[in-house]
Amino acid sequence: MTALLRRYHFIVPYLLLTPGLIWLAIFYIYPSIQMFISSFWSGSLEHGFTFSLANVHNYTDGLSRYQEQIVRSVFFAAAATIATFLISFPLAYTIAFRAGQYKNLLLFLVIAPFFTSFLLRVISWRTILGDDGLLLGPLKSAGLVSDDVRILATPVAVISGIAYNFLPFMTLPIYVSLEKIDKRLLEAGQDLYATPWSAFRKITLPLALPGIFAGTLLTFIPAMGDYVNAELLGQTPATKMIGNVVQSRFLVNNDYPTAAALSFILMAGILVAVAVYARLLGTEELMSSAG
Amino acid sequence: MTTVALQPAARSHGTPAQRIRRWLGHNALFVYTFAAIVYLMLPIAVMILFSFNRPAGKSNFAWREFSFDAWLNPFAPLGLSDAVMASLRIAFISTIVATILGTLIGLGLTRYVFRGRAATNLIIFLPMATPEIVLGASLLTLFVSIGMARNELTILIAHIMFNISYVVVTIRARLAGFDRRLEEAAMDLGATEMVTFWKVTFPLIFPGILAAAMLAFSLSIDDFVITNFTAGSTVTLPMYIYGATRIGVPVQVNVIGTIIFGTAVGAVLLSTLLQRRDRAA
Repeated sequence: MTALLRRYHFIVPYLLLTPGLIWLAIFYIYPSIQMFISSFWSGSLEHGFTFSLANVHNYTDGLSRYQEQIVRSVFFAAAATIATFLISFPLAYTIAFRAGQYKNLLLFLVIAPFFTSFLLRVISWRTILGDDGLLLGPLKSAGLVSDDVRILATPVAVISGIAYNFLPFMTLPIYVSLEKIDKRLLEAGQDLYATPWSAFRKITLPLALPGIFAGTLLTFIPAMGDYVNAELLGQTPATKMIGNVVQSRFLVNNDYPTAAALSFILMAGILVAVAVYARLLGTEELMSSAG
Repeated sequence: MTTVALQPAARSHGTPAQRIRRWLGHNALFVYTFAAIVYLMLPIAVMILFSFNRPAGKSNFAWREFSFDAWLNPFAPLGLSDAVMASLRIAFISTIVATILGTLIGLGLTRYVFRGRAATNLIIFLPMATPEIVLGASLLTLFVSIGMARNELTILIAHIMFNISYVVVTIRARLAGFDRRLEEAAMDLGATEMVTFWKVTFPLIFPGILAAAMLAFSLSIDDFVITNFTAGSTVTLPMYIYGATRIGVPVQVNVIGTIIFGTAVGAVLLSTLLQRRDRAA
């Protein structure tokens, strides 16, 4: 066996890759194709589905019927991504450049909340943002805010929930790219009479761009597909996102064709974004920043 | 940049308001960071606090009084212990399978140059770039189209699938700094390839494998979205919690969340301490 492997050494990497890649082929690639096929189905779960290219109207119908939710998803995801960036950048900057001996502790604190269940964090926010919750309760009893002010069941609640839950996906890549910056570059900038602001703008920020790109992608993509925050913090039809539609079409209405078409639209939009990004940075860079 | 804080001008000049403003100016980043950490920790603090609540009705939203009730009977709500057991089973099995498959891919990608590397990288990356809802939905259409009943097995299949990529990425990161000369030295001293692997390579990459397994375990035990699409009537812990949001989340859920949080924090602290001891020795 060993002798054979030595003779045909070139197959060793393929032997190592095959089991895992077969799994991904059957349970990732094939289902993606199946979903594309399902998006051209018509019929129902009870009477069976039939495939026909004429059912391309599943796409146009889905787009026009759920235009509102699609637009809202883009808006919520973009707002949440900007919010995570505004929170993450100073945080990552402090950890990378100013934290000294507390660097590891701060990194730990950034990740620590994510050691518990995603759903429980959302439920905690529901307690905090509730009509008489930890935030509004005291403000209302002090008379600073009128009694009918709500945060829960508004877009603000959904956006802040999404921003909170995907924060480390933004903070960590930015931290990694800031950490890699050679401090001598900044010293050289100072020696050449750069003000702190222009050194930041011309050295730090450009070198942090790969991290910002990665963080933006890693936040925006899951935010686009999220429906748990909209369900638990939004609660009303006016805060439903495309994920809520896909979820209820699939699991409540058994309307697989429309749901598959909508999922495919979501995925295609994201694949285009990833392809553009991969072209800009190369897949290796993408892999390392994702890790 | 660090000299800013040491400048004597920052001390005791001007009115208190000016002094406060100056202090904030010098420490704005630290104040901001402190606020961000408080923001990050707030929901966790609320979760832990409310595990000691004794709510009036079914919903645990308003604080009423301190109690150890839920901690003394953590599995009192019907179905909760079954859900926890199902989650643990799925997390254990999917972690083991995904760690083996992912480690093999990680070894293949970091140690060999071969045709199809770029394609392999892409196939590994794509599942992480796909929103969970699309992963879950496409698996659902697969299971429906082949007429496969959804149960614990289909959840396992799904969890192994999404965990493979995360394992590969973690292993690759750890293998990046691997010194191949250690293996060459072993072979020069007469060790066979097998002996070299088990006595040199494996012990060196084991921490990476362990880290990948811990990540896979935590992703599996916390997954709701993909599980929701592939579960059928099986109830995992996140499925139980989500279902409970409609009728009132029992206090015990906060207890279990606190235990999971404590265990994860404990595991990280322990591994940090062990690493420090190794480095000191």
